[in-house]
Amino acid sequence: MKVPFSWLKEYVDIDMTAQELEKKLFSCGFEVEELIDLRDGMDRVVVGIVTEAVKQEGTHLTICKLDCGEYGKDIQISTGADNIFVGAHVPVALDNSVLPGGFKIKKKALQGIESYGMLCSGEELKINDDIYPGADVYGILILPEDTVPGTDIGEVVGINDYIFDISVTANRPDCQSVLGIAREVAAILKKPLKMPATDYKESGYKLEDFGIRVDAPDLCPRYLGHYVRNITPGESPRWMKKHLALCGLRSISNVVDITNYVMLEIGQPMHAFDMDTLQEKQIIVRRAAEGEKIQTLDEKEFTLNPNNLVICDGNRPVALAGIMGGLNSEITGSTTQLLFEAAKFVRDSVRKTARSLGQNTDSSSHFEKGISEYTVELGMKRALHLIEELGCGEITSTSFDCDAGESKEGKHFTATLSGINKILGIEVPEDAVMDILGSLGFEVRKDGDTLEVTAPRYREDIEIGEPDLAEEVIREYGYDNLVPTFLDSAMVTSGGLKPDQKRRARMKQIMVGDGYFEVSNLAMYSDEELNRLHIKEDAPERNVARIQNPITEKLTIMRTTLAPCLLNVVVDNLKMGTQAGRIFEMANVYFPKQVPVTESLTEIRHLGFAAFGNEEDFFTFKGTAELIAESLDIHFDYERCQDVPYLHPGIAAYVMVNGEKIGTIGKLANDVTAELDLPKDSKDNLKIYLGELDYDKLMQFVKKDFKFENLPEFPEVTRDLALVADEQITCGQIEKEIRHASPAVTDVRLFDIYRDPVRIGIGKKNMAFRITFLDRRKALSPEDINSFVKKILGNLK
Amino acid sequence: MLKDQIKVLQEQIEQERQSITSKEELGAFWQKHLGKAGSIAELMKGMRDVPKEEKKTMGQVLNEFKGMVNERYEAMKKRVDELELEKRNQAEAVDITMPARIRPMGGLHPITITRNEMVNVFAGMGFDVFEGPETEDDDHNFTRLNVQKNHPARDMQDTFYLSPDMESILLRTHTSPGQIRVMDMKKPPIKVLVPGNVFRSDSDATHSPMFSQMEGLVVDKGITLCDLQGMLDQFVKEMFDENVRTRLRPSYFPFTEPSVEVDVSCFECGGKGCSLCKHTGWIEVLGGGVVHRQVLENCGIDSSVYSGFAFGIGIERIAMLKYGINNMSVLFKNDLRVLKQFQSL
Repeated sequence: MKVPFSWLKEYVDIDMTAQELEKKLFSCGFEVEELIDLRDGMDRVVVGIVTEAVKQEGTHLTICKLDCGEYGKDIQISTGADNIFVGAHVPVALDNSVLPGGFKIKKKALQGIESYGMLCSGEELKINDDIYPGADVYGILILPEDTVPGTDIGEVVGINDYIFDISVTANRPDCQSVLGIAREVAAILKKPLKMPATDYKESGYKLEDFGIRVDAPDLCPRYLGHYVRNITPGESPRWMKKHLALCGLRSISNVVDITNYVMLEIGQPMHAFDMDTLQEKQIIVRRAAEGEKIQTLDEKEFTLNPNNLVICDGNRPVALAGIMGGLNSEITGSTTQLLFEAAKFVRDSVRKTARSLGQNTDSSSHFEKGISEYTVELGMKRALHLIEELGCGEITSTSFDCDAGESKEGKHFTATLSGINKILGIEVPEDAVMDILGSLGFEVRKDGDTLEVTAPRYREDIEIGEPDLAEEVIREYGYDNLVPTFLDSAMVTSGGLKPDQKRRARMKQIMVGDGYFEVSNLAMYSDEELNRLHIKEDAPERNVARIQNPITEKLTIMRTTLAPCLLNVVVDNLKMGTQAGRIFEMANVYFPKQVPVTESLTEIRHLGFAAFGNEEDFFTFKGTAELIAESLDIHFDYERCQDVPYLHPGIAAYVMVNGEKIGTIGKLANDVTAELDLPKDSKDNLKIYLGELDYDKLMQFVKKDFKFENLPEFPEVTRDLALVADEQITCGQIEKEIRHASPAVTDVRLFDIYRDPVRIGIGKKNMAFRITFLDRRKALSPEDINSFVKKILGNLK
Repeated sequence: MLKDQIKVLQEQIEQERQSITSKEELGAFWQKHLGKAGSIAELMKGMRDVPKEEKKTMGQVLNEFKGMVNERYEAMKKRVDELELEKRNQAEAVDITMPARIRPMGGLHPITITRNEMVNVFAGMGFDVFEGPETEDDDHNFTRLNVQKNHPARDMQDTFYLSPDMESILLRTHTSPGQIRVMDMKKPPIKVLVPGNVFRSDSDATHSPMFSQMEGLVVDKGITLCDLQGMLDQFVKEMFDENVRTRLRPSYFPFTEPSVEVDVSCFECGGKGCSLCKHTGWIEVLGGGVVHRQVLENCGIDSSVYSGFAFGIGIERIAMLKYGINNMSVLFKNDLRVLKQFQSL
């Protein structure tokens, strides 16, 4: 929201600098995002009179002598411009001066002649015709003859001004205008607000056979129309052009400028239809028919549907309600009679239409934020006043007011002073409360502690009484008056993490202890990520929830596995030159309960981990899984895993607990590795391992209670056993058999393996296991151990 | 005679003694002089030829001599042991400046570190931690938080939708739905934190489509805006610096009224103005306010009896401020060289 300081001053007598006002606005909830100084650093640029102008032979330059008053009566400056003449009043950037934007001017020799500065064009002063007439002329800006030499040029062209670019919160659409901000400034400064004039005289002329009808009052609760004839098209006055220019709008013609001016000043988007173009002598506000078309002022054509509100004449749409007028009813230089429109269109309707058509305008932006009926009425009156003030038309007595009957009163409610103070936690003096509410336009009747409050009509955000008033009071009274307290009246509560939250924090620490760095990835990616891992079309990971309004094609689905993200992190780090590392992520994966999605997704927490680098092999990586198991006092079994497409079919395992799969670990498959976005030669010996566990499922196996167990009274006994087995027999199979042989077996560990085709035989291997036995009830005798071993050997046959 | 022999032997021993530095030489010495066939045993034999009246004195002399040699031997042994130990120690010595063999440790993500620290501060004030779902429905994310359909605030938060109706199921845009979920489960007194991922459909240099927030909610009897400031004062002191203060200023959130933006005094320059605080002396850190009565009522809490405050803190923002990170994308790149820097925290 751009508000020129000079414009604000027309409504409020502001006796402070722009910077001081910025601070006041800020502390009252209006953050000035940028305070734009129109001088933009300009310094030592003054009015000068050309006293001598001599064309320099053989060059394009003219050597001038200038009278710059107190800055020098005889300053020599060369210029390349050819609109210079003796007696001309011009802007002179003196030696050591600064132009708007920071460009420094110093004396220098041009074609051998010393030049003590520069004569300026409008462009160099960063102004245009609307800010100062003549500024657009090619060449030096020629100033009026009554300008006094030596006068600061900012004063002359009117750029000793500031623009407040104010961020207005969504609850204050009433402040989306210069007047709206002026109201706040008046309240802040406790000064009266000078309202813009809204009086006008109607001519008495009545048009008999014209009608306006609103067929969709749900989308347009108020529609005002006023007929103006005998238009004299022409330019707007200087002051109006300048106001528009300061807010970044170019002047077009008097009538069009009035509509823009009212939008900036009052906050009411106005529209004017050329009456001669309206067919069937009527205006109908209705939903568009399916497929109906309109071409807007900017010559774009749109195909509409019943969600779009349109303003129509008897036959066709002539405006997209609240967004832009139609080309067919545009005000032109030959317009002689017009119909002014000031309306309230509901914000959501305008927003949806503007979004779906991709047609966002200043007008739609105002309606989306919200317009009050007060503004609608004020806007129309102000526009008519301006017609009269500019003398550019006859205000007839033909006006229309289509009203859905919403209240014309400000919101009325009862509140208490004590209630306000209870919310704030301090006692704001009664007088201060009354004073603040009064200055903000609230009507308040006080009866003891009770306040009968009527909010201003434009304050549609006020809804619930005391908290709203508390906010109004404290933002004007000052937040620095709050006295911080520490829950004086609250009950003491104990806090902290719950057991599952603590366990998760601990699991992360365990991963850190094993050399893993925690990474954080987005919860969404694209199908492409799953393709990259060769995940089959019918795999469970393909059952994805899709984002209906993605912002990029890279983020279209919710992730169902962490593996692609971890792999990306590995690849990114390899690209950065990190040769080895370990990473983990504990995060959700998401599955839809049904497609398309109609209820919240199933969120499952996964623990994903990856390791890469020369030091890693399957067993170092498996060590992490074992560490996880140990940390939870759970036993993992491993089964060969050949059907996870991104893992090496010979170097991958399912991680099992009590016969249930809870995840996978393994080496990245060769074919997936080959396709990684890395230099070819770096991929040959690349070792990447990926693991992913269903953390939530894993937690189901964690024992709930921990009880200390006394140390065994009897010693453990170990026995080494060397076995010759066929090559295809796995270590795990043997281990399992050994464990099953007796409950006294507490640990089985392979400690050696060797192959010797001569002494053991081809296709065979010798495996040496160390077995630990323990019986808590008695000391195990060598005979006991022998019988266990016998049983083990028997089982293994 | 014998005396002379002793004298000669003594001189010989004193001489030999000097050159003995090893266990082997020491053994040879013992063998030569103190062993069964050693020189002293030999002298003992010479006692036979000593006249009777001198035997006693000579015996004493000889014994004293033997004792002296034994002493010499023990002294030598001690010295040799010391020398041997020294030799061994020298032989075993390593270059202790050579690199260690370790399984290098990893580290937590800076967001986790920051989040943990924030949780710790509030846990000490009696806050529980609740984590709600990341996929939410319209009801929890908007409607019951007093963001009615068609409310302009819905535009403040660009929402990712998962349901084709672009309305009912979405990725939560803030952690505030946690307020509703907590108040549905629990009646006052409530002091709870809701940390977690949130999602917004915008992405540029300063915005990520996913980031982390921490919601705080206190509901009890007689809670005021002053309490919000008091608690946040304590939080920023513990998080940043003992001298940091907070400043409240008006803002707008549909689920709080009054709503405030909370700034902290710049802990870099102490409020004098520097590049961190953009020369204002203050840094914006979070938003909050007094819980809107309608939100309490929406959760079946009697707003005429109870009141509360809520606040929402961007965890990335706190991490960036605390650790001097000037570019948010650093937090999302997962570069191990970056993560390693946070290892010790």
